[in-house]
Amino acid sequence: MSLITCENLALSYEGRCVLQGVNFSLAGGEYLCIVGENGSGKSTLMKALLSLKSPDRGEIRFGDGLRRTEIGYLPQNSAIRRDFPANVGEIVLSGCQNTLGSRLFYGAAARRRARQTMEKLGIAHLSRRPWRELSGGQQQRVLLCRALCATRRLLLLDEPAAGLDPVVTAELYALIREANREGLTVIMVSHDMQGALRDATHVLHLAGHQVYFGPAEEYARQDAVGCFCGGCANA
Amino acid sequence: MLETLREMLSYPFMQRAMIAGLLLSLCAALLGVILVLKNLSMVGDGLSHVAFGAMAVALVCNMAPLGLAVPVVLVTAFLLMRLQNGARLRGDAAVAILSTGALAVGVMAISVVPGVNVDLNGYLFGSVLAMRGADVWAAIALSAVVLVLFVLFYPRIFAVTFDADFARASGIRAETYTMLCAALTAVTVVVGMRLMGAMLISSLLIFPAVTSMRLFRSFRAVTISAAAVSALCFLAGITISYVCATPAGASIVCAHIVVFLFFTVAAAVAARRRK
Ligand SMILES: Nc1ncnc2c1ncn2[C@@H]1O[C@H](COP(=O)(O)OP(=O)(O)O)[C@@H](O)[C@H]1O
Ligand SMILES: [Mg+2]
Repeated sequence: MSLITCENLALSYEGRCVLQGVNFSLAGGEYLCIVGENGSGKSTLMKALLSLKSPDRGEIRFGDGLRRTEIGYLPQNSAIRRDFPANVGEIVLSGCQNTLGSRLFYGAAARRRARQTMEKLGIAHLSRRPWRELSGGQQQRVLLCRALCATRRLLLLDEPAAGLDPVVTAELYALIREANREGLTVIMVSHDMQGALRDATHVLHLAGHQVYFGPAEEYARQDAVGCFCGGCANA
Repeated sequence: MLETLREMLSYPFMQRAMIAGLLLSLCAALLGVILVLKNLSMVGDGLSHVAFGAMAVALVCNMAPLGLAVPVVLVTAFLLMRLQNGARLRGDAAVAILSTGALAVGVMAISVVPGVNVDLNGYLFGSVLAMRGADVWAAIALSAVVLVLFVLFYPRIFAVTFDADFARASGIRAETYTMLCAALTAVTVVVGMRLMGAMLISSLLIFPAVTSMRLFRSFRAVTISAAAVSALCFLAGITISYVCATPAGASIVCAHIVVFLFFTVAAAVAARRRK
């Protein structure tokens, strides 16, 4: 049974269609990489998967008892003020907000989960450091940590490596690969094809519509023969 | 000094101004943290001008000032928040148009209609004498609501302020919190306007948060510091206003300027130390 299914999905802003004809389905434990030019609708699709945006046409179905509020999310760069006064501990703990339910404050379980996840990602020693004093790589690690606190099933990442140097990028990808090995389903938007494709099991190529969906090896083979370059150039 | 303070507090009008002003300062500081961090600083300013316009029109039409101003400002607050979400009219331009427009309408209303003799200065720049019993009760009720909500929903408020999309994806109704914040800000502006004046009330919202962000780096510290700074500056300002016979609103804002500079210097010193 698939964890997440998109059927003939179309999305628009104020009546202007930005993405249409998206069909894919993903089983638990798979790793989907979404690629495409700037403005091809990748972030918009992520918003739809998070139920932040309702589809114009088609539908998104969740299977396996996955709840819509149990998704970990790492937003695209610049979604958060650079000078926001918050320390790492506060930010990571806020990843547990979907466990609040009708309670007002975080319980001991949430605090423990936040601490353990920070330890796993090697940022426990930063827990009192302010957000604005972190390097770009540390900020992404903190946001990944927050996303991991929010989910045990599905992780959505919107260009997590944007603006990072190759070493830091490789470290971040290694953490994501690790999360995937531990059973998390990953959907990642990425610009950097080579790096991302190494770990992905599936690829979704967008250009305002769906250019390709299928196994990553198949995509790499077709890409090598130049199947998608035409699509890119026209997009 | 103590003698002066005791004398100051012996006047009923000063007691009223102290209680109401202190509570309003706390409300404004907490709401201001949210507004500043969500880039809505100008909203408080816009609302205060609209409140002035509504008050002036109410006076001219012989209506209860608060009775007209509160609903008008509430509606304006909702509309402004809507504008911020949609991108149809740029938010800051909308606020600028609205605030100057409302100010002009208010001044016209007062000037054109004959026989209306109001203290324009008092409305624009505030007066301690303006705080009546009803204002004090309004301030007490409002601050009780704001303080209780802020403490009880603190984790959610942080979540929505830090990253509204993430909060919504986690099942928190971010819009509800934003609208509630807008509504409480609207009421704070209207009630506080009598004391601080239409031109100065928004400083009560903005200064404590901006000042605290100079020095503090966690949300909790900024929140607590904003409340403390706000209360301190209010007490200092109103004392100065009593001793030097200066307008209360302006004196309080001056106290805020001093504390802002102090925090800025302190932050610079702390940064150098760390190196
Ligand atoms: N909030 C918005 N309002 C209107 N149009 C938008 C909005 N966000 C994105 N768009 C438009 O939708 C299209 C797809 O954007 P996006 O999904 O962010 O692309 P990508 O993430 O692939 O770079 C772009 O043409 C962009 O201009
Ligand atoms: Mg994007």
